[in-house]
Amino acid sequence: MKTEQFISAEEFCILHHLDISFIGSISQSGLIEITQIEESRFIAISQLPKLEKIIRLHDLDINLAGIEAIIHLLERMENMQQQIIRIQNRLNSYEDY
Amino acid sequence: MAFIDYYKILGLDKNASDKDIKSAYRKLARKHHPDLNPNDKEAHKKFQELNEANEVLSDPEKRKKYDQYGEHWQHGEEFEKAQQSQWQQQPFGSSSKQQGWTGEEFAGGDFSDFFNSLFGSQTGSRSGRQTKYRGQDVQAELHLNLTDAYTTHKQTLSVNGKNIRITIPAGIENGQTIKISGHGGSGAHGGPHGDLYITFSIKNDTHFRRTGNDLHIKESIDLYTAVLGGEMIIETLSGKVKLKIKPETQNGTKVKLKGKGFPVYKKEGEFGDLYITYEVKIPTNLSPKQKELFTELSKISNEN
Repeated sequence: MKTEQFISAEEFCILHHLDISFIGSISQSGLIEITQIEESRFIAISQLPKLEKIIRLHDLDINLAGIEAIIHLLERMENMQQQIIRIQNRLNSYEDY
Repeated sequence: MAFIDYYKILGLDKNASDKDIKSAYRKLARKHHPDLNPNDKEAHKKFQELNEANEVLSDPEKRKKYDQYGEHWQHGEEFEKAQQSQWQQQPFGSSSKQQGWTGEEFAGGDFSDFFNSLFGSQTGSRSGRQTKYRGQDVQAELHLNLTDAYTTHKQTLSVNGKNIRITIPAGIENGQTIKISGHGGSGAHGGPHGDLYITFSIKNDTHFRRTGNDLHIKESIDLYTAVLGGEMIIETLSGKVKLKIKPETQNGTKVKLKGKGFPVYKKEGEFGDLYITYEVKIPTNLSPKQKELFTELSKISNEN
């Protein structure tokens, strides 16, 4: 079984100079999952890349609603980029031939 | 080494207030931020320039030195030499908060030579980013030949001065990115390492055309084999294969060799197919005898 590692939300916020309420809002928006263990909240290490990205966007003065929209668009963009790579490879294969 | 106009990068004039700088930086960063421009090298470069400009202009001390240096730029190196030692002895502390992104590795030094000559090399202290907990992710590109991608193989890579041995599964596609967890930059405060992302650039060094898992090739056959049928040996990526050619094979006929294509990524033992298109070659430089026989053949054929 794979074990998941967590960091306490509070500790993470201190390290990132963030108010703990920010993590609460992100969690409410459904962008990342917070695990509640007794009185404390924890963030799975596997969620950190996404959370860090949200924080970087927040640092650019983008509000949470905007970040939500951006994250959705980025996911779509990534799928499209994958599609472009596949189409490009197909096209290249004809050019090489 | 060229002078860099940090004001111009941020679209400001020299009288810009701190507020103007902050707002110009954020506006431009929202446009060029690597998180918003994934896989766009130009945007990444632009963002680095923005960061450097912001690093200098948003810090009153650095801005003052930069403004002075700008005035003396015409004296170039002389001024540089005189000032350099002094500046290098007092590098800027890590207290200056870097608002940059931490998601991806900037190749090598983060700031320009111009910046380093003016403010001293920043490596070690704070090179553009700060790891707060999880280490930085590192992006790398790996070039392979198509024949290398045909088999699962191990390769040793040097990433940030450390050698790591990775397994490249057979069937990887050009442009595909794989994540090697925990091989990015080291974390801080007990945090985990970042991840290493490797994007593959695959060059076709074969005569085959690859579309996904399938391979395609054109094979020439002579007219007589096409008409009467026969055998031929073709090279596939897994060795030689003997092919039976049916009598009366038309030009452009396509045959499929099941499982002789490219391996399917991460599905051991599964392969795509190989498609062979026959190109019938019409004989040239016919001898009188051949001509005679063809004429006769033509006559018989017209009689039918």
